[in-house]
Amino acid sequence: MSEEPIIAIRGLRTQFGSQVIHDNLDLEVRRGEVIGIVGGSGTGKSVLLRTIIGLIRPKAGEIRVFGENLAAMEATERRRFEQRWGVLFQDGALFSSLTVAQNIEVPLKEHLKLPPALSDQLAALKISMVGLAANAGPKYPSELSGGMRKRAGLARALAMDPEIVFLDEPTAGLDPIGAAAFDELIRRLQQTLGLTVFMVTHDLDSLHAICDRIAVLAEKKVLVVGDMAEMLRQDHPWIREYFHGPRARAALGEAGRAEGDD
Amino acid sequence: MSRENVSPAGWIEWRDGAAGGSVVLGGPWTIRQAGAIERLLDRFTPPVAERVEVDLTALEALDTAGAWLVYRTCKRLGADGREVVVTGAREEHDILLREVAGNDNPCEIEPPTENVVVRLLAEVGRETVRLGHETRNLLGFFGIVMSTVGRALVNPRRLRFTSLVYHMEQSGLNALPIIGLISFLIGVVLAYQGATQLRRFGADVFVVDLIGVSILREIGILLTAIVIAGRSGSAFTAQIGAMKVNEEVDAMRTLGLDPVEVLVVPRVLALMITLPLLGFFADIMGLMGGALMAWASLDIQPSLYLERLQQSVTFWTFWTGMIKAPFFAATIAMIGCFEGFQVSGSAESVGRLTTRAVVEAIFLVIIIDAGFSIFFAVVGV
Ligand SMILES: Nc1ncnc2c1ncn2[C@@H]1O[C@H](COP(=O)(O)OP(=O)(O)O)[C@@H](O)[C@H]1O
Ligand SMILES: [Mg+2]
Repeated sequence: MSEEPIIAIRGLRTQFGSQVIHDNLDLEVRRGEVIGIVGGSGTGKSVLLRTIIGLIRPKAGEIRVFGENLAAMEATERRRFEQRWGVLFQDGALFSSLTVAQNIEVPLKEHLKLPPALSDQLAALKISMVGLAANAGPKYPSELSGGMRKRAGLARALAMDPEIVFLDEPTAGLDPIGAAAFDELIRRLQQTLGLTVFMVTHDLDSLHAICDRIAVLAEKKVLVVGDMAEMLRQDHPWIREYFHGPRARAALGEAGRAEGDD
Repeated sequence: MSRENVSPAGWIEWRDGAAGGSVVLGGPWTIRQAGAIERLLDRFTPPVAERVEVDLTALEALDTAGAWLVYRTCKRLGADGREVVVTGAREEHDILLREVAGNDNPCEIEPPTENVVVRLLAEVGRETVRLGHETRNLLGFFGIVMSTVGRALVNPRRLRFTSLVYHMEQSGLNALPIIGLISFLIGVVLAYQGATQLRRFGADVFVVDLIGVSILREIGILLTAIVIAGRSGSAFTAQIGAMKVNEEVDAMRTLGLDPVEVLVVPRVLALMITLPLLGFFADIMGLMGGALMAWASLDIQPSLYLERLQQSVTFWTFWTGMIKAPFFAATIAMIGCFEGFQVSGSAESVGRLTTRAVVEAIFLVIIIDAGFSIFFAVVGV
């Protein structure tokens, strides 16, 4: 694979005051893959996601998305690039004063001069694509369950037909059945739309089911990147604990045991 | 395939063919072009033919918005009973087209709106019922707070002393500059306005009576109460509301702490102690503002001002103002806390209830003030 990575982070350093979160962090994300970011609580997974999408300014290092250094860009040009990705925050972050359909139309109305009828149709299409019933469209976020809010948030993230979607713990707070359905949804959309998915997660089932590669965040950097088999071979104590712990064995089933024994 | 180097616009055209003809789509059909393509489609009227081929060979890029437009075009062509055949779709485009076709479920964008008159009536009814409930709950809350305050005063160990002092600093000490400034300026304005009116009657010196009586009886304390309602009443709602959203209040209950005792009593007592003090400060600053202006514009020397003040102001002029302060304080603090406890669910309701707390507190303060005026008129002070 000689293709240029869609996201390339080099020598990233982020800190809040004197608290260093990332130091000399490198990571590459390939076009069209699902990459899962794992790490202990407070290791800076969410901060990494927010830094890539430009909500937090890095202290040093370079982040290239679509081959461009976004930090060096003019604000207007940057905004054009930002339309090429979508973000699903934890719990959806839907605008509470707008209905689900209106939430999806926000980016459409803001960035494109679409005829109103067409933007309504596209909103309905997105609602259906994320597996929400049509009657969810005119509902307000407070009238939805947690799982439905996440789906609606995903629909809004997909409104502009982005090339990358960033997901922050998409299955946290969902029941196991809802979480599995959400995993499947992400996988299906990723394949039909040809998306690149950058997913922060704690969910071993998600990692196993839909991630092509896994990046482990620890000691302020990305320790290893690789597929599940590679994770199971690692010797680092935290990684061993994470992927060989009782929950991991339950989630990975046969695969975990077979790989773990050699 | 990057999106930059595709040609800028999608197109559609009709080509006559052997069995009917074909609609040829080309260029990028993506969300960025969707508006322009939609306008093209509006003007596109293919000739009548039995069989139509939709040729996608020339399509350069396709996303879900474009796929939706392609799908809709096919649907429209087929609606008149034509046979529609899609050809030349690339594999990834075909996947998208099938995805879109499977998700043709139109939905409403907004909830249905009722008739304006019906909505108005319903709104009035709902608000009336809410007001009734709220008044009852508020009275209940006043009762609970009063009994908790009583218990705390009987048994001072229940009093959260640190919290009390903290809130006295926040709502009392820190409010000194703004209250002082506003009262001083009101004193200045009162003196100036009074002077211009009274001079016409040659009754210049009565401006001192005007300032003394109005500031001490009404303005000083009322102004202080209104500023504190905006400053501290709202803060109480926001603080308790945020704790409610974070389920901190529930956590407190499960740990055996009484939220009224921990959160409300210190705030109520802090305000009941500081508001009279702030009111006194406002009185003094108002009188000083008046003195300055009387001196500057009417040439009433400070010594004359003081002398005149002592004649016009009695013991009761001062106390009729001061007596009201603790009542105002209790009202503001309790409404602020009460509305904080009404917060439920979202952060949005914190904002709504904060506004409501301030409006209700100011409203009630003025009602109480009017009540006191009537009372003082009846007893004759
Ligand atoms: N805006 C902020 N200001 C200061 N510190 C922050 C901020 N956001 C995150 N942090 C700190 O950064 C660290 C990493 O946070 P986060 O990325 O949210 O962790 P996680 O990996 O669990 O998502 C935490 O220690 C947190 O306290
Ligand atoms: Mg996080």
